[in-house]
Amino acid sequence: MGKEPKGVRLDHISKIYQDPKTHEDFFAVNDVSLDIAPGEFITLLGPSGCGKTTTLRMVAGFESPDEGEIYLGSESINELTPNKRDTAMVFQSYALFPHMNVFENVAYGLKLRKVPAAEIQNRVSNILNLVELSGMELRMTNQLSGGQQQRVALARALVVEPGVLLFDEPLSNLDAKLRVQMRTEIRRIQQRLGITAIYVTHDQSEAMSISDRIIIMRKGIIEQQGSPKEIYYHPVNEFVADFIGECNFLDCKVVSASGNEITVDVNGSCVKVVSDKQRVSGEQGKIVLRPEAIRIESKGDIPCKVELSCFMGSYQYYHVRVGSTLVKINDNCPVNKQVFDVGDTAWLSFDKECGHLL
Amino acid sequence: MATSKSRQLDRKKFFGDPLLVVTICVLTVLLALFILYPLSMLLFESVYETKTVTTEAGETVTTARVTGEVFGRVLGMNRFRKAFSNTLVLGFLVGIGSTLLGLLFAYVDVYVDIRSRFVRGLFSVVSQLPVVSPPFVLSLSMILLFGRSGLITRTLLKIYDSNIYGLHGIAVVEILTFFPVCYMMLTGLLKNIDPSLEEASRDMGASRMKVFTSVTLPLLLPGLGNAFLVTFIESVADFANPMMIGGDFDTLATTIYLQVTGGSYDKAGASAMAVILLSLTLVLFLVQKYYLEAKTAQTLTGKASRARMLITDKSVRIPLVILCSAVSVFVLMMYISVFFGSLFKLWGRNYSLVLTHYQYLLKYDGLKAFRDSFVLSAIAAPITALLSMIISYLVVKKKFKMKGFIEFVSMLAMAVPGTVLGIGYIRGFSGGLFRTGILQGIYGTGLILIIVFVVRSLPVGTRSGISALRQIDKSIEESAYDMGAGSGRVFMTVTLPLIKDSFLSGLVTSFVRSITAISAVILLVTPQYLLITCKINEFAEKGKYGEACAYASVLIAMAYIAIVIMNLATHYLGASKSQRLAEREARKYARKKA
Repeated sequence: MGKEPKGVRLDHISKIYQDPKTHEDFFAVNDVSLDIAPGEFITLLGPSGCGKTTTLRMVAGFESPDEGEIYLGSESINELTPNKRDTAMVFQSYALFPHMNVFENVAYGLKLRKVPAAEIQNRVSNILNLVELSGMELRMTNQLSGGQQQRVALARALVVEPGVLLFDEPLSNLDAKLRVQMRTEIRRIQQRLGITAIYVTHDQSEAMSISDRIIIMRKGIIEQQGSPKEIYYHPVNEFVADFIGECNFLDCKVVSASGNEITVDVNGSCVKVVSDKQRVSGEQGKIVLRPEAIRIESKGDIPCKVELSCFMGSYQYYHVRVGSTLVKINDNCPVNKQVFDVGDTAWLSFDKECGHLL
Repeated sequence: MATSKSRQLDRKKFFGDPLLVVTICVLTVLLALFILYPLSMLLFESVYETKTVTTEAGETVTTARVTGEVFGRVLGMNRFRKAFSNTLVLGFLVGIGSTLLGLLFAYVDVYVDIRSRFVRGLFSVVSQLPVVSPPFVLSLSMILLFGRSGLITRTLLKIYDSNIYGLHGIAVVEILTFFPVCYMMLTGLLKNIDPSLEEASRDMGASRMKVFTSVTLPLLLPGLGNAFLVTFIESVADFANPMMIGGDFDTLATTIYLQVTGGSYDKAGASAMAVILLSLTLVLFLVQKYYLEAKTAQTLTGKASRARMLITDKSVRIPLVILCSAVSVFVLMMYISVFFGSLFKLWGRNYSLVLTHYQYLLKYDGLKAFRDSFVLSAIAAPITALLSMIISYLVVKKKFKMKGFIEFVSMLAMAVPGTVLGIGYIRGFSGGLFRTGILQGIYGTGLILIIVFVVRSLPVGTRSGISALRQIDKSIEESAYDMGAGSGRVFMTVTLPLIKDSFLSGLVTSFVRSITAISAVILLVTPQYLLITCKINEFAEKGKYGEACAYASVLIAMAYIAIVIMNLATHYLGASKSQRLAEREARKYARKKA
């Protein structure tokens, strides 16, 4: 593509809404600052009502921030109307024009930009090629499947070569299989064009698979940002840990620390975890443990009682009780392993790198 | 508070769209000028009095004061008091009657297995008729069938002193005119009732009657209230029927008309009466719109989950279907008798078929009346349709300060009886704006008639536009906006094509409403223009029913043709057209590529 992608900078953005019932003001977005590099793919992830869509709509220009500035490239776009901003959005409902065919839908933005007809033909057919819809130019949008409509919406946004591409939960109307396929597709196209993208979703696996960087939001503020790996393995708090993937929290007490290796006491048993933070002995803490990181065997570090044992195909799923805490375990590939039944006593263990101390 | 910044930004963005700003300003001015201003002039002039007195010294002194005198005088008039109570009694009867008849039709339509396609067709014709028909056609045929020389009363039953003029005549005619409105409203509501609710009640042992009284009826109650009020307002505002068949039973609408035209030329008194009539309809309208409509929506929001088991029981089916068919046939017969009325030589005396009435029309003012009515309505229709689509677009899709005002005022016109609007225009424009002579030029011209047509049809078009637009996903327009289209562009390339059907129906509805309108324009029309409706009224008053019927037949034909054309246009210009266009363009594209 001809145009250079642009960076986006949100500088202390806030948005205040009034609760329609109580008539009280509340922060939908509260002092959010973000620096998005040109060509970067970032995802705003969070539960509904966390302010992610509002943030996206402020970048698009449909909402105006109450505080702060939004920059696209080096230019402040606060005062620009959506049609004057160099952004293109892919909507949750696709928002295809039902009275136009695929070609007309994709060409709409180019016509507005007064691109010569021959070039429109060219660019539209290139982009349809890219989203693998060549030959569908003449279809009306209601003759397309959900996935195809999604591709048209994507093509329509891509063809105008926007400085930044905005996605508002674009895959939530597709079925599970298609969702997985489309997200790889979106990632592939974004990488190929090197375009800047802001993606909003509440689906953590979508966010993990697609982004360079994930921004986790809750109640209008950013809880954590980082690469998918960072966020998965080093969540800063329980909310983030719980929101990304399944998670167990084990209460513990620091026994001793040597370097980044820390020995903690879990319900009377000693285990080792790694932490980059300074810990003092006697300090209370919580270990974040992913279900797939725990081994369940007839010998190990922590004794437990099995409360649920369920064959899931690729793994055996357990609920076990450690003291009073419920721990969920995915024991992968259970073919040649010992399988415990409800009521059995078993032993848990895990690699020290897998236990993240909060 | 920090919110001021987003307001400021919103404002800047808003003014970054000059077309939008200009449109809103122009609309606001137009609505204020042609709806609010004439109505407030009525109020103003009925309480504000200027007196010019010549003093002993020979100087003329003009004093102005606010006074309740005019209202006092009007309220003291026996004629007014009688008209007021007449209006309420009539409205009440008509409201009840139309609602019940409408409920009967709706119930049979939705719940009963009608079987016969002929009967279904009959129902749909009856529900379409009030759209096509001028308001007073039923009065005319009532006189033809049941009047002193009525076909049924005199010729068939040999009753020579039949008197249909008065309350009973108007009530019957208005019920038959307005019940299809209730029928359509209630059909929509009944279809929304989930059949499983009634099945649950039946399952627990309720009889069919018990199901109706304990489940269906309570669910429908707000809707019935709504239908009652809508017809009540229609009846209170109706001018043409009481005029034609009222005899000495005067309603407020006719009394106002007579107060201006009938020798007394008491414009101040008429203004005061108009204010009272307006307050009445306005209160009813507000109750209906803001209370009952909301309530109806609350109780009946869900969509029916699946099809309803229709009642096949003969003991229920046959009497109900026969009853409804009888009413439908009766209504149809009334329309047909108008057509024959234009062909019979002399109704009541000589039933030989002749074309003399039509020849008479052609010889005298007929052609001019057809042309004037047609041209004025044809100019008003596209203006109304476009304006109402723009208003609904702004109301549904945009956020701005004057929004509440624009929505309210354009809907307000629904509550303003034509007669009131007519008097308002006389008071507001005969001497120019605020008696200054500005805009006086439009008074007595075709332009003011066109404006009245537009104002009278605007609420209907706007209502249909609003409901059509609410169906459209907001993000479709947002995405066009996001792609770089300004408001005007979004409206022309995305919104309007999507509500094309609503636009077309608005076009025809306003054409039909305009060409069949009488109440407001009869007060404003000058000899320079001849309108078909006024002609019908004139001939009917003189007792020349043949000519009146001939005019009415042509009028119905014109309205009907307009509707047929619309249906064809919707068919060819609707979804299929855009598809065909798309295919053609695509073929071109494919050829180029090859």
